[in-house]
Amino acid sequence: MGVTTHNNNSLVETSRFINETGLKERFGKLIIQWEVILVLMFLFEIILFSNISPYFLDYFNLMNATFTFMEKAILALPMIFVIMSGDIDISVAAIIALCSFSMGYAAAAGVGAAGLVVTGLAVGTAAGAFNGFFITRFGMPAIAVTLASSSLFRGVSQAVLEDQAYTKYPDAFAYFGQGYVGDSVIPFELLLFVILATVMGYILHKTTYGRKLYAIGNSESAARFSGVRVNRIRMMNFMLNGLFAGISAVLLTSRIGSTRPNIALGFELEAITLVVLGGVSISGGKGNIFGVVLAVFFIGYLKFGMGLMMLSAKVMIITTGLLLIIAVLLPGVLDTIKGRRKLARQQME
Amino acid sequence: MKVAKNFKTLMQKREVTLIILIVILTAVVTFRAPGFIKINNISRILNDTSILMIVAIGQFFVILTGGIDLSVGSIIAFSGMAASMMNQYNPALPVVLVLLAGIVIGAVLGAINGVLVTFGKVPPIITTLGTMSIYRGFTFVLSRGQWVTAHEMSENYMNIPHGHFIGISNLIWSAVIVVVLTYYFSKYTRSGREVYAIGGNKTAAHFVGVSKPKVDMIIFSLSGLLCGLAGVMWTARYAAAVNETAAGFELQTVAACVLGGVSVAGGSGGIPGVVLGALFLGIINNALPVVNLSPFFQMFIQGVVVLLAMFVNTLMGKRQEKSVLKRRCS
Repeated sequence: MGVTTHNNNSLVETSRFINETGLKERFGKLIIQWEVILVLMFLFEIILFSNISPYFLDYFNLMNATFTFMEKAILALPMIFVIMSGDIDISVAAIIALCSFSMGYAAAAGVGAAGLVVTGLAVGTAAGAFNGFFITRFGMPAIAVTLASSSLFRGVSQAVLEDQAYTKYPDAFAYFGQGYVGDSVIPFELLLFVILATVMGYILHKTTYGRKLYAIGNSESAARFSGVRVNRIRMMNFMLNGLFAGISAVLLTSRIGSTRPNIALGFELEAITLVVLGGVSISGGKGNIFGVVLAVFFIGYLKFGMGLMMLSAKVMIITTGLLLIIAVLLPGVLDTIKGRRKLARQQME
Repeated sequence: MKVAKNFKTLMQKREVTLIILIVILTAVVTFRAPGFIKINNISRILNDTSILMIVAIGQFFVILTGGIDLSVGSIIAFSGMAASMMNQYNPALPVVLVLLAGIVIGAVLGAINGVLVTFGKVPPIITTLGTMSIYRGFTFVLSRGQWVTAHEMSENYMNIPHGHFIGISNLIWSAVIVVVLTYYFSKYTRSGREVYAIGGNKTAAHFVGVSKPKVDMIIFSLSGLLCGLAGVMWTARYAAAVNETAAGFELQTVAACVLGGVSVAGGSGGIPGVVLGALFLGIINNALPVVNLSPFFQMFIQGVVVLLAMFVNTLMGKRQEKSVLKRRCS
C-alpha cells in the first residue's frame, strides 16, 4: 500500500515538473491533434513510396493519379455536413448510378453536353431531396432510408438497362472527366475539387450554416431550442449530398464513357472512410475540412503507390476497410489517453 | 363492441397484416399462373427463402439493439468459400465437420465485429461497413480469385441442403430449427430479454444491470454464426462458391426485418414477423417471372417495398404514441 502511494507521488511529481516547463503539454496537444497525425502519415507515405518506386515522385504522375480518386473526394465534401449533423447517407453511390443512367438516357435522346450536365445535377439533387424528405418529414432513421433508397435508385437503372450499357456520349462531354486545365498538366477534376473544397470549407467554417451544423451535431435538441431549424438544415445536407453525387456522376461517366447499372459500386464506403479518416466524429459535431482534404490525398496516393507496387485491388479493398475502422478506433483511444491525463491533472490539484 | 376492439388490435398486429398480404399476393399470382401453388413450387419458394430467413434472424437481433450488420453478405461469402475449399481439397472429410467449420468461421467473424463494437467503441454501422469490405477482400485472397464449381465439390457436400428428411429438405429443416431456437432465445431466456431491454431503453437497461458489451458480443456472434450456416447452405445449394456470393444481401435481410414490423430504431419486433417478412419477399421474387417482369426488377421492387414498409412502421408508431397520449390525458 505504502509503496504504491509513494510511486504515485513520484509520478505526479515528475509530471508536474514537466508540466511546469510546459513542454510536455504542448507536445502532447500537438501530437494528439488528428490533422498532425495525418500530415505525418502522409509524409511517411511519400517517403516510403518514393523509395520503393522511382515513378512515384513524378509531377506528371502525381497529377494524373488524381483522376482515380477525385470523384470519391467530391462525394466526401457534403458527406462532412451529413455526418457532422449526426446523419449518414449510404445511397450516394446509387445516386451516381441513377444520375449516370439518366445522362445516358438523355444522351441517347440526343441531348448535348451542357444538357447532360444539367440532367445529372438535377437528378442527383432530386434523389437527395427524396432521401431528405423521408428522413426529416417522417423522422425515419437516415441509415435505413438510404439503404432502401440505394436499392431503389440502382434498381431503376438495373431494371431499364438490364445487362446492357450506354456508351454513346457527345465528344464535348469527355472534357469533364478527361480534360486538363488549359495547356497545363492539372486535370480539370482536380481544379474542380479544389474549388468545391474551398467553397464547402468556407460554408463550414465561416458561415452561420456551418456553425449550425456543429450545433446540431453536438446536441440536436439544444440546437432546436436555440432556434436552429434542424430539419431544414438536414434536408439541405441531403440535397447537397445528392447534388455532389450528380457532379461526381458527371465526372465519372465522362471519364469512363459508359454507364452500367453497377457503376460506382462501393463508392459510399470510400466517401464515408474519407470523412471519418479526416477526423470528423461519426457521432457528429467534431471535425474540419482540412482533415478530410488531407485524408483524400493520403488515401488517394496510398492506392496509387500500392498500384505501383503491383498490389491487387483486393488488398486495397481490405486496406480501405481497415483504415475506416482504425480511423474510428484511434480517436477513441486518444480520448481515453486525454481523459486519463485530465484525471491525473485533477488529482494533482 | 369488445369484439370490434379485439378485431382492431388484431388487425394492427404486423403478423396478421403480413399473412393477409401473403394470401392476397398468392391468390393474385395463382390466378395468373395456376402452377404457382403446386407443391413443387411451394417447396421451391420455401427453399429459396430459408437462407434469407436464417440470416434475417441474425440481422433482427442486431437491429433490435438499434445497430445494424452490413457485413452479413461478406461473412456468407467468406465462410461459404472456406467450407467449399475445405471440401474441394479434402473430399474425404465428413461433411458434418465441414458444416461445423463453416458455422464456426462465421461465428468468429461475427465475434470480431462484436469485439470492435464493444471494446473498440466503434459504432456498429462503421464496424460492419469496414468489415464488409475486409471480409470480402479476404474472400478474394483466400480463393485467389478462383471459383469452386460443382464438379470440384463432393456429392455429400452438395447434399447438405438437398438431402431429405420425411419429405422436407435439410435446408428447410435447418431454417425451422433456427427459427424455433431463436424464438425460444428471444422469448424465454434472460439474455434474449436483455436484447429487447437494451433496444427499448439503453439507460434504463444499464441501471437494472444489463451488460451492453455482453449483449453486443452475443448478437454479433449469433449473426455471424447464422451467416456461417447460410454460407455453407448457399454454396452447396447453388453448387458454386464465387467471390461475389451474397453481395448486397444485407439489404434483403434488413428488408425482411422491416417488413416484419421490426423498428430500425430498435426495441420492437419479433421472430414470427421476421419469418413472415422473409417469406413475403421470397414470394415476390418468385412471382416476378410469373407476372412477366424480368429478374432485373428485383432490386427496384425491393427498394420500394422496404421504403413502404418503413413508412407504414413509422406512421403506426406515431399513431400508437398519440393514442397513449390520449389515454394519459383522459
